[in-house]
Amino acid sequence: MSILILAEHDNASVKAATLNVVAAANAIGGDITVLVAGSDCAAAGEAAAKIAGVNKVLVADNAAYANQLPENVSNLVVEIAQDYGHILAPATTNGKNIAPRVAALLDVDQISEIISVESADTFKRPIYAGNVIATVQSTDAIKVITVRGTAFDGVSAEGGSGSIEPLASVTDAGLSSFVSEEVAKSDRPELTAASIIVSGGRGMQNGENFQMLESIADKLGAAVGASRAAVDAGFVPNDMQVGQTGKIVAPDLYIAVGISGAIQHLAGMKDSKVIVAINKDEDAPIFQVADYGLVADLFEAVPELDAAL
Amino acid sequence: MKVLVAVKRVADANVKVRPKADGSGADLNNVKMAINPFCEIAVEEAVRLKEAGTATEIIAVSVGEKSCQEQIRTALALGADRGIQVEAEGELQPLAIAKLLKAVVDKEQPDVIILGKQSIDNDNNQTGQMLAALANFSQGTFASELAFSDGKVNVTREIDGGLQTVSLNLPAIITTDLRLNEPRYASLPNIMKAKRKPLDVFTAEELGIDITSRLTLVKVEPPAERAAGIKVESVAELVDKLKNEAKVI
Repeated sequence: MSILILAEHDNASVKAATLNVVAAANAIGGDITVLVAGSDCAAAGEAAAKIAGVNKVLVADNAAYANQLPENVSNLVVEIAQDYGHILAPATTNGKNIAPRVAALLDVDQISEIISVESADTFKRPIYAGNVIATVQSTDAIKVITVRGTAFDGVSAEGGSGSIEPLASVTDAGLSSFVSEEVAKSDRPELTAASIIVSGGRGMQNGENFQMLESIADKLGAAVGASRAAVDAGFVPNDMQVGQTGKIVAPDLYIAVGISGAIQHLAGMKDSKVIVAINKDEDAPIFQVADYGLVADLFEAVPELDAAL
Repeated sequence: MKVLVAVKRVADANVKVRPKADGSGADLNNVKMAINPFCEIAVEEAVRLKEAGTATEIIAVSVGEKSCQEQIRTALALGADRGIQVEAEGELQPLAIAKLLKAVVDKEQPDVIILGKQSIDNDNNQTGQMLAALANFSQGTFASELAFSDGKVNVTREIDGGLQTVSLNLPAIITTDLRLNEPRYASLPNIMKAKRKPLDVFTAEELGIDITSRLTLVKVEPPAERAAGIKVESVAELVDKLKNEAKVI
């Protein structure tokens, strides 16, 4: 049985999320084909062919796929779908945008954010903010799946020698067009790729105070995250949100500052290897998952921590 | 412009839902139910479009058992003009819900359909995209800002690492993200008024939609528990533990 993977890429390179999806595909078992749909994306295609375990890369290089508009890419995927038993995408905003559209066009149910492969047709996925783990089985002929990256250790980006084939087919649905993109420029690592994350919650009181966390993050080579409460309160933008409806992370070290530990937040970070919580409320639920808890006023503890690093 | 808003009845966001002891599903006995938070944002956005004169009529639709009329009434109290319940028993997959919503779209011919990006029960994040595919409409998922002009809508989307703006032909499907707006509370007079607003009920059979799924729930279980660690007394002790015990810095 063959597996098709939608690559997460920016035309020039393949993003790490793709490597996690290849790992999930390996657990399912079968020939692995990666689809790179983009514009001037030959470099991304070549990078995909080097991923360990990838047999074939299909490169659809056309202006219609420049920004991976879901209306266009989903039609392309559906055109080639019949050759595959599984279609996998990373559970990134891009994967979540395209995969359900593909599933509906194929008239199959989608299985979202799998965290383990039990067999080729049976998967585990979290529901209710991760408080319940569901095992689901699909009898659809083509299984459309998104993969939670943190649940699968990514394969090596090097060592593979997949063949590269161009896909000439162009499907421009003519329903939508790209206007602009503002990608936050930062020297810090991306949240989902960082090995250390420093996150702030409502206890930070305002956006300016996040500079205290940024200072620590820069010393540790860490990313800065936030709880939904901090985003809701307008302290920081939504792309910093860690949680059930934000980003799901599992770094080596997660430092939660002024975060009470609502269910929605824990759902996004409780698989971190080591969790540190700094909060002045000793009954805060975050302490129930923290390896190291410090009951203290963050406005004293954080500058002290900064000085100690 | 006619706006259709989909709302879902889910366990309240503050409730910690657990699996049933026999592993057959989530235990929702005596659990407080509410409108899904992202659906609430969808209703609020529709109401703001009407207040701004962009929308002329708002229809709130929900798929589910009779109890979901409560959430339709909530939407009516917030400002929707009328409601539609598509009656269906048991737990439906997003594809089935999208098919039922497509039938409602065919009936009502809205210009914009606004849904939550995901429901906080099954966390699927699929229905809006699936409805867009079935109707062959454009889609603007994870929206944080909408701007209508000349028969199109510019949607600013919350993507990994930043924001993306796309221009969509109408009719369009929009799914809401957190920062799109802050929903209002329904006033008591509006809650009373909502009781008299029209609410039509259709069944899946009446709409001629097959809602069977090829996905089965084998079992549910609690997640692996994470044991609580220790409390440290000082920042110095914390740094020492991280360096020498956990070895992560």
